[in-house]
Amino acid sequence: MNILHYWRAMWGIIGRELWRFVRQRERFISALVRPLVWLFIFAAGFRAALGLAISPPYETYILYEVYITPGLMGMIQLFNGMQSSLSMVYDREMGSMRILMVCPLPRWFLLVSKLVAGVSVSIVQVYVFLTIAWFYDIEPPLVGYFWVFPALILSGLMLGALGLLLSSFIKQLENFAGVMNFVIFPMFFMSTALYPLWKMKESSELLHSLAFYNPFSQAVELIRFALYGQFNEYAFIYTFCAFSFFMIAAVIGYNPSKGMMMKKGGK
Amino acid sequence: MSIQSSQRNEQAAALSIEDLSFSYSGRKALDKVSFSVKSSECTILLGPNGAGKSTLFSLITRLYDSHHGNIQLCGFDVKKETRNALTRLGVVFQQTTLDLDLTVMQNLRYHTALQGMSRKLAKQRIQQELERMCMYERRSEKVRQLNGGHRRRVEIARALLHKPALLLLDEPTTGLDVPSRQSIVEHVHQLVADQGLAVLWATHLIDEIYPQDQLIIMHKGQVRVKGSVDEVLKITSSASINEAFRRLTQGENV
Repeated sequence: MNILHYWRAMWGIIGRELWRFVRQRERFISALVRPLVWLFIFAAGFRAALGLAISPPYETYILYEVYITPGLMGMIQLFNGMQSSLSMVYDREMGSMRILMVCPLPRWFLLVSKLVAGVSVSIVQVYVFLTIAWFYDIEPPLVGYFWVFPALILSGLMLGALGLLLSSFIKQLENFAGVMNFVIFPMFFMSTALYPLWKMKESSELLHSLAFYNPFSQAVELIRFALYGQFNEYAFIYTFCAFSFFMIAAVIGYNPSKGMMMKKGGK
Repeated sequence: MSIQSSQRNEQAAALSIEDLSFSYSGRKALDKVSFSVKSSECTILLGPNGAGKSTLFSLITRLYDSHHGNIQLCGFDVKKETRNALTRLGVVFQQTTLDLDLTVMQNLRYHTALQGMSRKLAKQRIQQELERMCMYERRSEKVRQLNGGHRRRVEIARALLHKPALLLLDEPTTGLDVPSRQSIVEHVHQLVADQGLAVLWATHLIDEIYPQDQLIIMHKGQVRVKGSVDEVLKITSSASINEAFRRLTQGENV
C-alpha cells in the first residue's frame, strides 16, 4: 500500500514535468536552439582554428563538431538542471512548491522525484539533439546511443542535484542571474566540453587542474566515452560522488529545521 | 492506521497548538500562541498584516520548524509524526498554486497522485468535490481561462480530495470581487456544517465572519482574544467585531 503511494506520487511528479515541458513549446525550442547554435556556428568557425590529435575514445582524427557534441549534450543537461532549480525557486515563491511539501511523503523522496522528473526532460532533449546532429554527419556508433542512456541518467542526476542544492540557497528569483554568471558559465568554460584537457595544459596549468576537478568535465567525459561504447571508470566514480554530495546537501538544505529556512533567521 | 492511532484521532482536536513561539533573526513573530480547532467548527483567525498569521501557517504546514511549543493535527505531532499529521491536512495558500497551463482535471490528478490515490478513487473524488463547488462541467478547461473566484474554488476542491480533517485557508479571498468572495465564504461554511470539517481561516476581512464562528484575534505575534463571536464581544465589551478588532489591535488593554 505504502509503496504504491510512493510509486503513484513519483509518476505524478514526472508526468506533470513532462507534460509541462511539452506544453511550453518555447522552452522546448530554446533548449534545442542553444546547443545547435554552438554546433552549427561556433564549432564550424572553430574547426579551422583548432587541430585535434587522436585521443581516446576517438580512434581517428575527428572534426571539432564531433568533439564538441558530448559537451553540448552536457550543456543541455546543465541548463536543464539550472532551469529546474530556477523553477523550484519560482515555485517556492508562487507556492506550488508548498503544495508538494505538504503532501504526506518524506521530503527527500519528493526532492528525488522532482530530480528524476527533471532528468527525464533533459534526456528527451538530448536525444532530439542527437537526432538532428546525426543529419549533420555526427554519427557515433549505434551502440553508443544505447550506452549513453545510463550515462545521461547519472550526469543528469548530478547536474540536477547541483541545481536543487543551489535552489535551496537562493532566496529570491532575482539572485538567479548570479547563478548564471558564477556557476553555469565557469562550469561550462572550465571544462572539457569545448577543448580537450591536454590542449588546456599547453596554455595554463591552473586552468588544466580546475577543469580536471570540475564535476561537469567528468560528466562530459562520461557521456563522451559512453557515446563511443566505452566506459570511463574515473569519470563514473567522480560523477557519482559529486551527485551523492550535492544530493545530500540539498536534502539538508530543504530540511525545515536545519536548512534554508533557518538561515533566514528563524528559531 | 492502528486501532490505537484511530482512537487518538477521534478524541483529539483537529488542530491543537500549545505554547508556540517563533522568531526571525531575533524578532518575535509568534509569542506563546495556544489554541485549538475542533471538528465542525469554523475558526476565523483575524489579525492585521504582520500579526503572525502567515508564520503560523508556515509552521503548521512545516515549511519551518519551531523549537518552542508544539503543533498537533488530530493528535499527531507535526514534527515527529509528520506523515500521519499531513494526511489529515488540506491547505489553500494565499497565492494560487495551480498550474495555469494545465486543465482543472490535470491539476487535481497531480494532487491525487501525490496523495497516492488509485485512478478509480481519484476520478470519483474529483467528481464529488468539483460538483460540490459547481465546477465539474469546467474540468477540461485550462486554469488560465478561469477567473480568480473559480480558481479558488478549484483549490478548495483540491484541498478536500483526500478528505482531510482540517482545512487551512490563508486569506483565500484576497483580490476577489464581492460576489466571488461571498460565494466562497458560503461554500466553506456549508462544508463545516455538512461534513463536520474543522476549518482555520486566516483573514483580515471582518465581513467574512458568521455569527456561529469561533474567533481568534492576533496582534504582534500574540493571541489577544479567542472564543465564540459572542464571547469575544463580551470580553472586549464591544458592540461589533469591528470595534473589538480595533481595540485589540490598537493597543488598548482588555
